[in-house]
Amino acid sequence: MSAVTTPARQASGGVNVKVINRIVIYGLLALFALFYLMPLFVMLVTSFKTMDEIQNGNMLALPRAPTFDPWLKAWGETCVGLTCAGIKGYFWNSIKMVVPAVLISTMLGALNGYVLTKWRFRGATLVFGLMLFACFIPFQSVLLPMATILGSLGRFGVTLQNATGTSFGLGNPTVNLVFVHVVYGIGFTTLFFRNYYEAFPTELVKAAQVDGASFFQIFRRIMLPNSMPIFVVTVIYQFTNIWNDFLFASAYAGTGDAMPMTVALNNVVNTSTGVVEYNVNMAAAMIAALPTLLVYVLAGRYFVRGLMAGAVKG
Amino acid sequence: MSTVATSQIKLTPEHARPRASVRSRLQDALPKIVLAPSFAITIVFVYGFILWTIYLSFTNSKTFPSYVLTGSRAYQRLWGWTFDTDPPSSWYTSITNMGIFGFLYIFICLALGLFLAILLDQKIRGEGVLRPIYLYPMALSFIVTGVAWKWFLDPGLGLEQTLHQWGWTSFHFDWIKNKDFVIYTVVIAGVWQASGFIMAMFLAGLRGIDGEIMKAAQIDGATTFQLYRRIVIPLLRPIFLSAFIVLAHLAIKSYDLVVALTSGGPGGSAWLPSNFMYEYTFKRNEMAVGSASAVIMLMTIVAIIVPYLYSELREKPR
Repeated sequence: MSAVTTPARQASGGVNVKVINRIVIYGLLALFALFYLMPLFVMLVTSFKTMDEIQNGNMLALPRAPTFDPWLKAWGETCVGLTCAGIKGYFWNSIKMVVPAVLISTMLGALNGYVLTKWRFRGATLVFGLMLFACFIPFQSVLLPMATILGSLGRFGVTLQNATGTSFGLGNPTVNLVFVHVVYGIGFTTLFFRNYYEAFPTELVKAAQVDGASFFQIFRRIMLPNSMPIFVVTVIYQFTNIWNDFLFASAYAGTGDAMPMTVALNNVVNTSTGVVEYNVNMAAAMIAALPTLLVYVLAGRYFVRGLMAGAVKG
Repeated sequence: MSTVATSQIKLTPEHARPRASVRSRLQDALPKIVLAPSFAITIVFVYGFILWTIYLSFTNSKTFPSYVLTGSRAYQRLWGWTFDTDPPSSWYTSITNMGIFGFLYIFICLALGLFLAILLDQKIRGEGVLRPIYLYPMALSFIVTGVAWKWFLDPGLGLEQTLHQWGWTSFHFDWIKNKDFVIYTVVIAGVWQASGFIMAMFLAGLRGIDGEIMKAAQIDGATTFQLYRRIVIPLLRPIFLSAFIVLAHLAIKSYDLVVALTSGGPGGSAWLPSNFMYEYTFKRNEMAVGSASAVIMLMTIVAIIVPYLYSELREKPR
């Protein structure tokens, strides 16, 4: 009985319900798109407004007379603490910290993943488990000992400096941060590569071994050429994480000329002296956000795909 | 060919064998040698440092670390503060905020993420445009997010001011300056940042569901709502778990967002345990108390993560 009535019902009322459904779905999706875009939009338009327009105008209005001055001021003149030379120096600090940290941690992750999947040994799972857990620890639980160690290394660096004329980078805040980010990044990079290499055919490795290829030859000739997708994911992930880090940066390079971008931005924004220049603050925030946004726009698709491959697989 | 090779080897047995065995032993050990530095670094700088922090939490370290064990005084103080509600102690505020923030952040992100994923999975035109819009906040630093939302939520500049200009003069929204509500602004900004990523996780899960099951259920007369409640959502269970793990550890680690959005809130009313730890260790010179709070944070994470990792790694023994 019901089988006879359902097609008829669908034919009459179904079309309307379907159209309304589609409208509701698209409406909701558009509404949420606005929610996600709003803060970026406000930041962007504010950074092109004059202070006058900000105080008298509407937050959502487009700038009447767009000006690039806030960006120039943020880049070259704004005060970070007591130094008023803009955020450009701190931007380069971040670059100098991010590039080596990302490269080293990614390379180590690739090697670790290769060993953990293709050269399994007894206890490999335990080793991996211990390294994986390190990804999840709250960094507060290692913050203090690391500060102590970096402090001693710094003092040792001064001694070296006096004795030999060079400190070999010991005590240099940027070198310290590179070290810290490598140490607490290899858990993630190893996880990514291990999951990726797990699916890589072991027969190929075995065949190469039979042909007499060495450990590193197999890695260089067989694994690396096939690792492009996971390299993209790992590099993006590490780049975003390290660029955006604030806790380590503020704990180990929180003052002085070596502070990375995030700390400098926080200082600019929370400076309480004088008139708060919102447009300059927003421009500074945009500059801090640009590198990761750019990376995300250019290669975000791979990033999401890879992250999900790791996360969903568990 | 092979006979030639074997005969050659047999010609020089004395020279070849010891060398080959040294080399092959090295070759055997090479994978472990390559892994060793990373493993050693993890053991020292993660587990060693954790033990060090635990040790410090049992001393009376103030500005500088002291290594004389003085018992569990730091924990006793934290325990005492846990019940100090009038006026609320910083620790009481921090853990209450953690509860509020953790619950709402995880719950809303999961609900919103699932909801958006289901909407996006309805063969939407323009999915390729919408997905990155939902996702991009994940690429931003919490400091940038904080700056943007601080402006947006500021009563004198942001939403309230805008609505006043549009004629809704009775609109009142000053949570960010209100010590009882400031933690909810942290929830808003946190959800804004992470929910898109959770959406992407659910979307991947939805795309992985076998279409045949859906079709069979539809033929049996299931409504769309029933289809999702009874079939799709139960099938997404592993993703709920992964998403929960991701969110829970992000929530406990949250530190930057509170700093950038609220600068700690009026009178430290927006603190989370991570902020408590940082302030007590580096600003209030109560290193032992700071370490004890870090240990408590760590134990919370351990309770959530270790069972998960254990089950994940045990499933595929090889």
